[in-house]
Amino acid sequence: MLVEAQTSDMLLPIPVAAARPQAALAPREESPAVRLALTAVALAFLGLFIVLPLVVVFSEALQKGAAFYFSAFAEPAATAAIRLTLLTAAIAVPVNLVFGVTAAWAITKFEFRGKSFLITLIDLPFSVSPVISGLVFVLLFGLQGWLGPWLAENDIKIVFAVPGIVLATIFVTFPFVARELIPLMQEQGTAEEEAAIVLGASGWQTFWRVTLPNIKWGLLYGVLLCNARAMGEFGAVSVVSGHIRGLTNTMPLHIEILYNEYNFAAAFAVASLLALLALVTLVAKSLLELRLDRRKP
Amino acid sequence: MIRSIILSSDRRRFLFGTLSAVALAFAASAVSAQTTLLNVSYDPTRELYQAFNAAFVKDWQQKTGQKLTIQQSHGGAGSQARAVIDGLEADVVTLALAYDIDAIAERGLLSCDWQARLPNNSSPYTSTIVFLVRKGNPKGIKDWNDLVKPGIKIITPNPKTSGGARWNYLAAWGYALKQPGGDETKARDFVTQIYRNVPVLDSGARGSTTTFVQRGIGDVFLSWENEAFLAINELGKDKFEIVVPSLSILAEPPVTVVDKVADKKGTRAVAEAYLKYWYTPEAQEIAARNYYRPRLAEVQARHAEQFPTVKLFTIDEVFGGWAKAQPTHFAEGGVFDQIYKPAR
Repeated sequence: MLVEAQTSDMLLPIPVAAARPQAALAPREESPAVRLALTAVALAFLGLFIVLPLVVVFSEALQKGAAFYFSAFAEPAATAAIRLTLLTAAIAVPVNLVFGVTAAWAITKFEFRGKSFLITLIDLPFSVSPVISGLVFVLLFGLQGWLGPWLAENDIKIVFAVPGIVLATIFVTFPFVARELIPLMQEQGTAEEEAAIVLGASGWQTFWRVTLPNIKWGLLYGVLLCNARAMGEFGAVSVVSGHIRGLTNTMPLHIEILYNEYNFAAAFAVASLLALLALVTLVAKSLLELRLDRRKP
Repeated sequence: MIRSIILSSDRRRFLFGTLSAVALAFAASAVSAQTTLLNVSYDPTRELYQAFNAAFVKDWQQKTGQKLTIQQSHGGAGSQARAVIDGLEADVVTLALAYDIDAIAERGLLSCDWQARLPNNSSPYTSTIVFLVRKGNPKGIKDWNDLVKPGIKIITPNPKTSGGARWNYLAAWGYALKQPGGDETKARDFVTQIYRNVPVLDSGARGSTTTFVQRGIGDVFLSWENEAFLAINELGKDKFEIVVPSLSILAEPPVTVVDKVADKKGTRAVAEAYLKYWYTPEAQEIAARNYYRPRLAEVQARHAEQFPTVKLFTIDEVFGGWAKAQPTHFAEGGVFDQIYKPAR
């Protein structure tokens, strides 16, 4: 019923459009039935795949009441998981921020050999399954891996400990910032930077005063996406985590454990926290998009 | 065209912050190595070790005054063994079957005679394979030979990745072998027919439980006895019941100390005490209460009602032990690979 009401709202402008001369609008106009059907399909799809799961997460989370909901976060294993997720994001996002900006800067403002190869490399984490991303680190740093025996001798733990989780997360979230900036900076070109240099600015001044202000919204957007993925990553982290309760479980892993322990309400409570993060990210993203649009002439 | 980039003090502070955060992460993982034990276990033992760890920590503090933290890691037995081989620093492993610990021993992480180090083949508790069916047993499943009837849907995990599933497979094989006129060919046919009735193979026991119980797929779930009890008590006595077959396998989930790790971390004494604690009446009571069959006769007697007497055969007498059964049946290209074709 709700869906119907919304669709009819959206069709309101039709009479106005129909009043205009037919010839000018004819190529753009679909019949009302087609428009109604398309809108209904889109809304039904949205409701089924986005809204409904969100509703399920929150209603399952709250099924045992608000007191139980909040006690799910107070549990030591849950607080440890939340802390680890925040720590991981706090390391991975800044590292990828610095990397993304430098890579985009190098790629868009300079000409050099192997540039397209570098772009392909940056995209690699997107095209590779997260499980492989995790396994790579086990094969590198695991006891049977290339560096494993040396690491064990020197008592340095990478996989099945926090450093491995951070590394895997950095790897998986590595393209977000760079990918966001490259098209933006390509579009802007190098004219403003060249002007700055001619006027006597140093490289650092040029970056800080000219380039950065131009890209700041795009940069924020990339950081936002990077952060969302860093907190939500499951596959790669699962492979390198070792699943030690209260020590190497991030929030997504903790959710799986709770679910497997028949603790559904608690699992969905922690899941709702991640869903909340997604919602906040979405809202922030829309606000940023609004800013980006407004800046364009 | 742009000259060298010099780090401003801002950026330097930021970089320093990042580096110290990384260093902190490293330090955090080093500090945790004080008086903590890491027990790497398989899927269905979560509740069991929660109770056991609490009891042992209390007992150990009374005896030595030392405060102990026991960390747990759970997952499919095969992948857990793999993680230990790859460097997950477990002081003790408590897995689903001896072969998984053998695999760790092969890499030199623990002594090859580990199974003789504790009583009862180093398996302080046992279990067996039973059937979980829907309430009222609508398909009338009483024994193994009811499973091969047409139209019966069986849920069991993948024996390649799940320890419990290997016990399921061997129990079915042993049953067919022990029927009048049973031989290897007949057993093979019987097991082939069983797997023909399996619509989905999950990777671990807990996954299969969820498939059967939550998603409502299948008529019968071949399950660890402990897992079946747990599913009933957690998710509804009014929805499921347990059917005990006429014959099943004695599943012995073993425990042992990982020598290399315990010696390196200096935790051997407490790790050994931890496992020996299993053989006390208190711990055996914990096992029974978590639906694992205890070894001690007095505790067994107390819980006789819960655990019906089943004729049980061991893997040693029917298959010549895991060292033989594993390569024959579950290795790449082994019997399971030959008989299993995914459902169309």
